[in-house]
Amino acid sequence: MIKIAKYVLLDILRNKFVILYTFFLLLVTLSMFSLEGNSDKAILSLLNIILMVVPLVSIIFTTIHFFNSYEFIELLLSQPINRKSIFLSEFSAVSLALCLAYLIGVGIPVTLFSQGMDTVYLVLSGMLLTLVFVALAFSASVLTRDKAKGIGLSLLFWFYFTLIYDGFVLYVIYAFSDYPLEKVTLALVSLNPVDLARIIILLKLDISALMGYTGAFYKQFFGSSLGIIYSFLFLLLWAAIPLFISMRKFLKKDI
Amino acid sequence: MRVLFTLLLLLFTLSSKAVTWTVSQSGDIKTITAAIQKANNGDTILVRSGHYKEGNIIVNKEIVLLGIDYPIVDGEFKDEVFSVTANNVVIRHFNIINVGISSLKDKAAIGAENAKNLYLADNKIEMAFFGIHLANCKSSLIENNTLTAAAVNESANGNGIHLWKSDNITVKGNTVDGHRDGIYFEFVTNSHIENNVSKNNLRYGLHFMFSHNNEYSRNLFKKNGSGIAVMYSKGVTMRYNRFEENWGASVFGLLLKDISESIIEYNLFLRNTVAIHMENCSRSNFKGNEFRENGWGIQLQASCDDNLFEKNNFIANSFDMGTNGSMTLNTLAGNYWDKYGGYDLNKDGVGDVPFHPVSLYSMIVEKMPTSVMLWRSFLVFLLDRAEKVIPVVTPENLKDEVPVMKPYDISI
Repeated sequence: MIKIAKYVLLDILRNKFVILYTFFLLLVTLSMFSLEGNSDKAILSLLNIILMVVPLVSIIFTTIHFFNSYEFIELLLSQPINRKSIFLSEFSAVSLALCLAYLIGVGIPVTLFSQGMDTVYLVLSGMLLTLVFVALAFSASVLTRDKAKGIGLSLLFWFYFTLIYDGFVLYVIYAFSDYPLEKVTLALVSLNPVDLARIIILLKLDISALMGYTGAFYKQFFGSSLGIIYSFLFLLLWAAIPLFISMRKFLKKDI
Repeated sequence: MRVLFTLLLLLFTLSSKAVTWTVSQSGDIKTITAAIQKANNGDTILVRSGHYKEGNIIVNKEIVLLGIDYPIVDGEFKDEVFSVTANNVVIRHFNIINVGISSLKDKAAIGAENAKNLYLADNKIEMAFFGIHLANCKSSLIENNTLTAAAVNESANGNGIHLWKSDNITVKGNTVDGHRDGIYFEFVTNSHIENNVSKNNLRYGLHFMFSHNNEYSRNLFKKNGSGIAVMYSKGVTMRYNRFEENWGASVFGLLLKDISESIIEYNLFLRNTVAIHMENCSRSNFKGNEFRENGWGIQLQASCDDNLFEKNNFIANSFDMGTNGSMTLNTLAGNYWDKYGGYDLNKDGVGDVPFHPVSLYSMIVEKMPTSVMLWRSFLVFLLDRAEKVIPVVTPENLKDEVPVMKPYDISI
């Protein structure tokens, strides 16, 4: 399994896209920190990029990669290797490449400019978001037959989590605005990895006071060690569940 | 200043006939109370340094009490220390500590009732319940006192400088640290509050109600538990004050409720959660203020009318302005907004397109506070952009027609 993963990883690194992505992240991070004197502000601006770009790149790149290496997978399947290890090595190679890119592009420069819990959270949640969207991309690719449909579904996933879901949340808040909704929104936040990552980071920066009662409620929850475990566990779950679904599908799929 | 001058003049004219008594722990008169009993109106009592534990000292004669090298007057956490009931009293250079805590009576380091022409200055007041408490007093000067307390909860701690139903009082150069409310006024009129520092207080740095025609200038209000709240007053003038770092959930740099015909000019609002929150305010002018790095610049409730905001700087605030209704009867003119994206073709320093300081999302948050969970999401960004292009929900007439391109030079 490690051998396959190594070959896939080398293949990914050869195609230069990941290196380009790394440089892009590095450039954005450095320019944010040099434009904003205040490191809190820089992290805030960086947050928007991370919440948009990282999921998009992760999901699209993974889908394209999966369909491009379709023939390679077919070749491997003709060998006496079990499907599970092929699938898992594909997943681990892609997620490792993207996580490395994120770590070099954002993680290292950010820790150079600011040290604190908010930085740790930013780096950690970015990595987890990468994992989540790689897993989602695998489910999108396994669930569809051709590349166009696969990318379409991936884009839909991305749209859903960054935009459509929030619209739905806003509608719920509007419709039930007469009721105390703090706990409900907390549950709603947990159902979207992007929202979860955003709120964890926002609460770590000293701006939660702006968020009024809801912010105080969230802070109380996410500030406790239980809340931190809960939120990162949920992000991991968001990676694990799509991965599990897609793996089961892959095991039975007629390729 | 005028009060001080008349007081001194009065002192000099009286001093020719007046007697000076000296209190010291090794001398003939050992207690301040004994000296007051011997003294007549117009006398001076000098108190040498020492540690005086006399319980409640009632000052019922028109005398001058002067401490030499800050004698300690200790209330032993039981009593009010000085209770002034006479006019023309001076209390100066004392170190008053450990005032009694009571839930029935407002015990103070220096309490005064029904008096006028008081001069309370240069005292160090530590661990007091109430610091300086004036009730129904007139024409007095409270100057250069330092009040420190370590407030733990609101019921076990009183206000620093507490004035009730007083007129023509000057509060100047005092420092209040760690009380419940730093400066508290109720029914106080025609007074001047200048150059004070009010910080780290448990509740409000400055809190007044029903106090008309007062002037607040060059004060610093910093890191107070709930910021500053002023209510039900008219003719308030605030100039050159600094409101800094009043930060936290429901903390306001300056909360204005039912304030009318007031002038708020050249103040600096730095790093407050909400710089100014306004309810039911009318006919007031806000000019030349600087709003910098606040969460909200101004929360202008729709119940406010006829206010004018001109020539203010709005720099690096999360939200410049918020409101809760579609109708606005206030005017914005010639402010500097760092979020302004317009242009100035004829280079006259005034932007050619109006600026709408209220964003759609800030309105949504105002109406449904829970929706703050979507803050900084992509959806909010798109909504704000769409609304900027074609305003539908945000008040169309709440806009600055003549936003300036460069910030005003406001140095406070």
